[in-house]
Amino acid sequence: MTRLSYLKALNLALGDEMERDEAVCLFGEDVGVGITNVTAGLLKRFGAQRVLDTPISEQAFTGFATGAALAGRRPVVEYQIPALLFLAFEQIANQAHKFSLMTGGQARVPVTYLVPNSGSREGWAVQHADHPYSLFAHVGVKTVVPATPADAYGLLVSAIRDDDPVVLFGPSGALGLRDDVDPAGLVPVPLGTARIHRPGTDVTVVAVGHLVQDALAVAGEFAAGGAEGAGRAISVEVFDPRTIYPFDWTALAASLDRTGRLVVLDDSNRTGGVGAEILATAAERMHLVARPERVTRPDGAVLPFARALDLAMQPNRDQLRAAIRRTVGLGRDTADDALPQLRVEEAVL
Amino acid sequence: MPSGPAAPADPAGLYRVTRLIRRFEERAIELVRAGVIVGGIHPYLGQEAVAAGACAALRPDDLVTSTHRGHGHVLAKGADPARMLAELAGRTTGFNRGRGGSMHAADFSLGILGADAIVGAATPIAAGAAWAGRQAGSDRVAMAFFGDGAANQGVVLETFNLAALWRVPVVFVCENNGFATTMRTEAAVAGSIVGRATAFGIPAHTVDGMDAEAVYAAAVDAVAHARAGLGPSLLECHTQRFDAHHTWEHTARPRYRTDEEVAAARVRDPVSVQGARIPPQLRAEIDAEIEALLDEAVRFARESPHPDPGSATDYLYADGMRPRAGAGR
Repeated sequence: MTRLSYLKALNLALGDEMERDEAVCLFGEDVGVGITNVTAGLLKRFGAQRVLDTPISEQAFTGFATGAALAGRRPVVEYQIPALLFLAFEQIANQAHKFSLMTGGQARVPVTYLVPNSGSREGWAVQHADHPYSLFAHVGVKTVVPATPADAYGLLVSAIRDDDPVVLFGPSGALGLRDDVDPAGLVPVPLGTARIHRPGTDVTVVAVGHLVQDALAVAGEFAAGGAEGAGRAISVEVFDPRTIYPFDWTALAASLDRTGRLVVLDDSNRTGGVGAEILATAAERMHLVARPERVTRPDGAVLPFARALDLAMQPNRDQLRAAIRRTVGLGRDTADDALPQLRVEEAVL
Repeated sequence: MPSGPAAPADPAGLYRVTRLIRRFEERAIELVRAGVIVGGIHPYLGQEAVAAGACAALRPDDLVTSTHRGHGHVLAKGADPARMLAELAGRTTGFNRGRGGSMHAADFSLGILGADAIVGAATPIAAGAAWAGRQAGSDRVAMAFFGDGAANQGVVLETFNLAALWRVPVVFVCENNGFATTMRTEAAVAGSIVGRATAFGIPAHTVDGMDAEAVYAAAVDAVAHARAGLGPSLLECHTQRFDAHHTWEHTARPRYRTDEEVAAARVRDPVSVQGARIPPQLRAEIDAEIEALLDEAVRFARESPHPDPGSATDYLYADGMRPRAGAGR
């Protein structure tokens, strides 16, 4: 066993895949130096023909990777800041993603878009704090958000080997995680397969990325009869989809067959976030004995700089506790409704 | 049909390709009017010499990216007109099995990496594919076609920079037809298109885009430059769009150039320019051969089957993954 960090797991996966397959190459800003640490050492190991430092031209190097993929390479493109995906969105959503269908299956675009430091990073805020995995799921680009070092390794390997474009978000809240991992046990994790971190019988909490740690902590409190469960132990199942799209609906249905109650903890804006899709699908097709809940960012969230404001925009444990209590009938709790509502009459004026 | 450039780069071969594109487009417009091609096309009429001359300088394994006005490039690279028309008509026998239509019709087996409906967006794709060829030990090159309108897209300028820095074996072929849809080039482009390339250290030349042999000569040099490892170059081919930006104009009639201007633009015709260089008897034989080819292509397209609606999400993912349906349980 060794202590493996999430960042190092991504680095290992890149190195292993570049070693295994000559076609794997890496594009991005400052990837040579490895400014995010994800690409550390790869330039020295594989050379400048396979590890390409790019100018600050996100559209061009994203499109360049599409062309390289069409011609037989398996590029990995790193973006230092999640918002850079907005610059490259045309090249991913409208080009890379559409090539297979619009060519009638003539083309495949095996590119991996790697986004370490997604979501909020303390002190960066606003234009460095987006977490747009739901946006890519909506478009239909395969989207993974690993929560642990072993899954970061396994999902990145699978993303690189996949014949379609895949976006991997490494939440900044998870990058520092370290786990005891047997290096020989690091294996590919198939896309589209969920993982249950903690089994439970009363409530299923679907938690995405770094929020899995919050869900586990809260589940522990409830198991011990705490978190105002009125002394009663509540058994919370922590369900990590790992892949946002394609989502493992089969596993979720099986979990809800056990619990019948659902809370989604999702670092997306509320409208159109993946949490909305999970609730809708559960309501349409799955076993529910209580109204489902979701804990998300607010609608249209822009994360302010001041720490208290930044945190107020992010889903938190208090909101999760309250949502779990509501699903088990422990009463309406308004603690999570603390954000001021826009007053319509003022807005109109 | 031959694989690779549609005909040899001799005068008769170049004539053959210009004439093929001309008649293909005219037949396609008839099919638009007949309702066989739905949604219209962006006719390549008037620009035939650019595609014919440029693609004649390419090897079969060289790569091309095309545009929304892309039929000429695809035909000049050697695509079968029958399967091309079938694609325009949305039939299963089209190159893209009816999934792409006019703006995306392309035969990847001929090195045509797609026709792109977003102005300028294929330019980095061509550069990346060219780079990948070199990585794989090949000396093949890529040719990126785009218009004067694309010269104002940031991604094109970003691509100039990348391609120059990394000496990518790509040839940028800008077809300056004087209009970005309805906006005149002089109103849209500050400085010059050639000047934009040379600012990145990319050799760039203006070319008479109404003369297939002039385009061919310039393209031979540009391709040799790229193949020799000397990096990208740019050809700005001055040409004329004889017809509409899109067949939609045939009924909508937006006023952005006068009838006199159009008539003046049509005086020097690239098909006639090249046709005058070969014996009349040979020209007549080629014309007859092309009519027969296109008669057969139209028949093939009209008689080909429409796709089954149940197959709408086929090919969405390269690995065959099926998305959830939009309705039902």
